[in-house]
Amino acid sequence: MLVGAVAYDPKVVTIWEGFKSYFEKRGAPIDYILYSNYDAQVEANLKGEIDVAWNSPLAWVKSQLMSHGHCRAIAMRDTDRDLTTKILTRKDSNITRLTDLKGGKIATGASDSPQATLIPLSMLADAGVIPGEDCRVVYHEVMVGKHGDHVGGERDAARALAAGNADAACVLDANYTVFINEGTLDPGTTRVLASTPPFDHCNFTVRDDLPEERFQRFVELLLQMSFQDSEVRTLMELEGLKRWLPARTDGYVQLERAVERFKFYA
Amino acid sequence: MPERFPTARVDLEDLTVSQGAPVLLRRALAKLAAGELLEVCGDSPDLSEELGAWCRKEGHRYLGEAARKNVYRIECGAGPAPTMASGRQPSEVADPRWGLAPRGARIEAGAPEFAFTLRRKREVWARELDSIHKQAAANQWSATRDIPWESLPKLPAELEVAVCQMMTFLTENEFAALYVPARFIPRIHPHYREVVEVLAVQVADEARHAEAFTRRAEAGGCGLGTSAVSSQLSLQTLLEEPDFTTATFLLCVMGEGTFLTLLKFLEDHAPESVTATLANLARRDEARHVAFGMEHLRYVLEREPERRASLAAAVERRSRMLASISGLSPYVYDALTVLAGGGILPRQIRDGARRVAALHRNMDRSRRERLQSLRFDAEEARALSAYHTKNFM
Repeated sequence: MLVGAVAYDPKVVTIWEGFKSYFEKRGAPIDYILYSNYDAQVEANLKGEIDVAWNSPLAWVKSQLMSHGHCRAIAMRDTDRDLTTKILTRKDSNITRLTDLKGGKIATGASDSPQATLIPLSMLADAGVIPGEDCRVVYHEVMVGKHGDHVGGERDAARALAAGNADAACVLDANYTVFINEGTLDPGTTRVLASTPPFDHCNFTVRDDLPEERFQRFVELLLQMSFQDSEVRTLMELEGLKRWLPARTDGYVQLERAVERFKFYA
Repeated sequence: MPERFPTARVDLEDLTVSQGAPVLLRRALAKLAAGELLEVCGDSPDLSEELGAWCRKEGHRYLGEAARKNVYRIECGAGPAPTMASGRQPSEVADPRWGLAPRGARIEAGAPEFAFTLRRKREVWARELDSIHKQAAANQWSATRDIPWESLPKLPAELEVAVCQMMTFLTENEFAALYVPARFIPRIHPHYREVVEVLAVQVADEARHAEAFTRRAEAGGCGLGTSAVSSQLSLQTLLEEPDFTTATFLLCVMGEGTFLTLLKFLEDHAPESVTATLANLARRDEARHVAFGMEHLRYVLEREPERRASLAAAVERRSRMLASISGLSPYVYDALTVLAGGGILPRQIRDGARRVAALHRNMDRSRRERLQSLRFDAEEARALSAYHTKNFM
């Protein structure tokens, strides 16, 4: 098994070296290849240069587009399910509905971030406010190509809101609490203007012509990985999950719609 | 599907997640088994927005708002990771997985392992650590506050030069005595914190000595003297010793033990009160370092008496390495003689030389006493003392 992952942080090496030894000890050795961006990883996966790709949601959507639906998601983290993005505004602003953002400025993460840009902007468009036409979008381009994996873009968007440089900001629900706790946002100075419906995040993607027996053991061992097991505890902390779950693909509808609407891969 | 009833209930009033609600949520969830339900009441409008993300991160399942307004439900997840405990008393072997956790704390399993190579009690331990540390903490002095700098007189040039030469020699020795324990501290498992604490104070003591001796050399206007290759070669062999017990033996027992006699000699023959006070205060500190060395060696030798042979071999090895060196640096010998004689008249030199010879005999005698108190027999003690470096440290 050859796994692809994107190196959005040096810790990715620690995580995959650890997983490598976990799988090897259980008689199902894997190796990994790190890519500097998701586009390269998607291409490598579709060409068969790797067996499975640890994909961002946008990389999953791209894989499906490029392969005409011939990809398969096989596992995901518990923390990849049912995320929501909050569109925040300052507590004292006059904005009470999404349509109040007409003529205003909205701060987002990197232009290729599903959670901090594409999904919330698509929700805004659904509400009748076309980004770029009816309101200005202020992107915070941190590590473009890594699909918003780095929290920096969202943090910059939150800062822009706090500093009065934007009327609204898009941040992932969990990061909203983080930004308040770390002091990026002063408690009580912002409020949630709108919240997206729940969506899903990363998954392990394979081509659908990859025989099941190639990845069956990999998935079994992933699902067996326990947060109670001291051998993998640190790795799971670093990767941000409590347990692995089988994948599902109905949580990507909003992102697929956003990609189509904004002709992201046109 | 039958309705599930909550096992517990927590009322957050108007607390939000960023205002500390997780404190109450965690306390309530800690009492539940996986799969049991917690009912959460809270009237903050932000709560429903925050609970889902919080539960996802903590490994619980958020079931959303219950039938009543401002009431939410959480299904308890797998619960906290198992912990281990290192015990309150020092163990014979410290587990690398205990990491930096204080002895006696509960430690979550799965923390990264630290590469502490000294993690057996017999490798580092000593009796009386507590009292050595207490004395050290109680007897810290300040090179600025506790030295009568204002009383420093203008000395005859030959005496001032001799004092400055001694300060130069002492300072380079203090650096060696600082770097040796400092090199070992990051290798000692923090489970043996008492040893780390004693060594840390030892490092601070030596830093203060180096500062104070350098200041004395500069205060008289003549500045530092000359550092001899022979002294540096001798000290280098000390710094290169890789084994903690051997290094402690060479530094604290043999080297600093010899320095106790040297500092007493300097105090007795100092031409003024600043140098005498410095020698006195430094000797008090060195006596504690010697006490640690002796107690550590006793602890090790009671358990591994055969280590006496390897310690003796280390002294001999060092001696062979330094065999080509003529002996005590001439700068130091001359300075000691001038100070002990009180000047450079022939009769003063004769007196000084006689006293320096007696100093060597005193040093040898106290080294032998210390070795015998570590149960080296008289003949071994005599041989080892004779092998000890002629450069004192």
